[in-house]
Amino acid sequence: MKDGRGKLSRRKLLGGAAGASAVLGLHQVVPHDGLHHAVDEAFAQDGHGGGHDVQGGAGVMQHPMHAGTVGMVDPRANGFDPQLILRDFDEGRVVNGVREWELVAEEKKIEVAPGVSYDAWAYNGRVPGPTLRAREGEHLRIHFTNGATHPHTIHFHGIHTSRMDGIPGLGAGDIPPGETTTYDFHATPFGLHLYHCHSMPLAEHIAKGLYGAFIIDPKQGRPEADELVMVMNGFDTNFDRSNEVYAVNTVAFEYLHRPVVVRRDQLVRIYLVNALEFDLINSFHIHANFFHYFPTGTSLEPTELTDTVIQGQGQRGVLELRFPYEGKYMFHAHVSEFAELGWMGFFEVV
Amino acid sequence: MEATAVRRPPAWLAALLPLVLLGALIAVFIALDAPGLERNGIPVEDVSVERTELHPGEIQLTLQNDGPDDVRIVQAIVNDGFASFTQDDDELGRLDRSQVTIAYPWIEGEAYEVALLTSTGGTIDKSIDQAAETPEADAGFYGLMGLIGLYVGIIPIAVGMLWLPWLRQLDRRWLRFLLALTIGLLVFLGIDAALEGLDLGASGAESLGGGALMWLGAALAYLVLAGVDGWLSRRGSGGGERVALLVAIGIGLHNLGEGLVIGSAYAIGSLALGAALVVGFAIHNTTEGLAIVAPVAERPPRVARLALLGAIAGAPAILGAWIGASAFDPSLAAFMFGVGVGAIARVVVQIAPQVRDSAGRLLHPLAAAGLAAGLVLMYVTSLLISV
Repeated sequence: MKDGRGKLSRRKLLGGAAGASAVLGLHQVVPHDGLHHAVDEAFAQDGHGGGHDVQGGAGVMQHPMHAGTVGMVDPRANGFDPQLILRDFDEGRVVNGVREWELVAEEKKIEVAPGVSYDAWAYNGRVPGPTLRAREGEHLRIHFTNGATHPHTIHFHGIHTSRMDGIPGLGAGDIPPGETTTYDFHATPFGLHLYHCHSMPLAEHIAKGLYGAFIIDPKQGRPEADELVMVMNGFDTNFDRSNEVYAVNTVAFEYLHRPVVVRRDQLVRIYLVNALEFDLINSFHIHANFFHYFPTGTSLEPTELTDTVIQGQGQRGVLELRFPYEGKYMFHAHVSEFAELGWMGFFEVV
Repeated sequence: MEATAVRRPPAWLAALLPLVLLGALIAVFIALDAPGLERNGIPVEDVSVERTELHPGEIQLTLQNDGPDDVRIVQAIVNDGFASFTQDDDELGRLDRSQVTIAYPWIEGEAYEVALLTSTGGTIDKSIDQAAETPEADAGFYGLMGLIGLYVGIIPIAVGMLWLPWLRQLDRRWLRFLLALTIGLLVFLGIDAALEGLDLGASGAESLGGGALMWLGAALAYLVLAGVDGWLSRRGSGGGERVALLVAIGIGLHNLGEGLVIGSAYAIGSLALGAALVVGFAIHNTTEGLAIVAPVAERPPRVARLALLGAIAGAPAILGAWIGASAFDPSLAAFMFGVGVGAIARVVVQIAPQVRDSAGRLLHPLAAAGLAAGLVLMYVTSLLISV
């Protein structure tokens, strides 16, 4: 992350700070979507430097119309891309009628906001961990290896025996570093669930990134839709047991800089999970639209048509909506503090 | 005889030898990258906010890296929201200074919490209790600071010196009482300045010594004034006048520190320039005028001389206010307060013999009463000026 070349180009940018601030004035009045697309393309190009070189780690102010971070996070350095996490469903593989996954707990430095590195604990090298997806009633086996230096577990929300609960002192209990275990249970009830590490101290093990979404589809399935996974999370980067950075799928303002592209009139289904630690509640609010809400996804009948939903720690639900108009529509936590600290984004309806 | 002189190297060379050796050792040590000493633990981030300025739509922090390791500022948070910012230098080495300018639509009178996020996720926190625009350092501003200095420094001291005619008619015993009172006033000022200096030192850069700077300033000032005193007495200046001059210098150095605090408080908008404060300072500093004239009560100098003494004691308040408002630095201020403390200590030592009564006792009842009265008087008047 700290190679000499990248540093040099940042310094060059500083030299051009006066020019940059002249551009800043224009930025506010001139339509600039093209600019952001140029940034996207720069990411797409397999080339020199990193995200910092594109936008500059310092010296360049951007997005003066919204609160925002300075610079961009390079998804390649992180090894996972929130854009891909959105639609990445891991169905594992079926062996002799049993659906199986391999999960490994690792220690990994990730960039949660431009320039801010965080020593995360991650399942399969990403935060949130892979979105595990099964069908109601299936026999599941999750092979878990602890590749980190602290004991870890995986605790699944769902209905299973106490030995398979993935907490210290029951069944396999804490899995020491280098050891392996297998969690074995059936997929029930259908809905949107959560899995996370349950080792002590609990708040730390969750907050450092050991969590992911766990979807059990109903037997009859759900209507065809563009499906998105959004895990609301946050990071306590200075260890004061409150979060400095908030996000959906880890990177602050990710979808503000690179909006989630959806099609007009198509049914969009959002699997919304609150994995936030330290703060009691989180919320999801959409602009210029309303959605049907299915709490925990355990019923096929929505309970509410709304534009704002609140979730407590560990709570989750399924949202269904269609966008009738093209354009950019903001979505963010209606807890304004979280919104301004990173939990803010756009849908771009095309 | 001559042959030995050639053979023996000059003495200063022998004095230089250990220094040269030390330099060579350091060079080798650095060249070999500290052999045997491995860097232990994670980087230490210790950055102090030396100065905070508010301009319309902008919060500007001057940072100094006091820690041993480089620090990179990567994001800025104001009141729980990320904000755009620019900075002079995105990597601060040890003792490097950098200015961070945050774009933020702050509102006058409201409180703000600024947190700068470093690359390791650590935060450098700064709270702004009451946002107010930092005054531009133009002519009008310097004029205002000059006026404040005049109000709190020169005028009250000049008024206090008008006690001189009354002092001249006093009985010798009561004059001793007043000199003891003067010592009481000075001791209080010294303690007050020492505490203030230690506070400022602690808020400044740790690596520059913190509170130790105050003590350094005090020791240096004491030694310099002792030297000046010796020089004056060799030139044969009169006893009373010499003491008065030293008292004026001591009080002047103290007022320099006081001006510094007033100026910096004004610059960051935390000073309510109310009439109450100016009145408080006036009453407080009038007693300083008394302290200057008490030593010369028996043989008063010419009026011009007296005016000069008053200026020496009062004018530094103006200078201090200018420095404080335009280039305030907590470490420098701690040192300046120390200088005031040292000066006052020297002055107290100077005046003390004159308090002795005919029997040669120092703490006779009247002197003790004067001392106590001085302390209490200064304490009570200081309540009027707590900034």
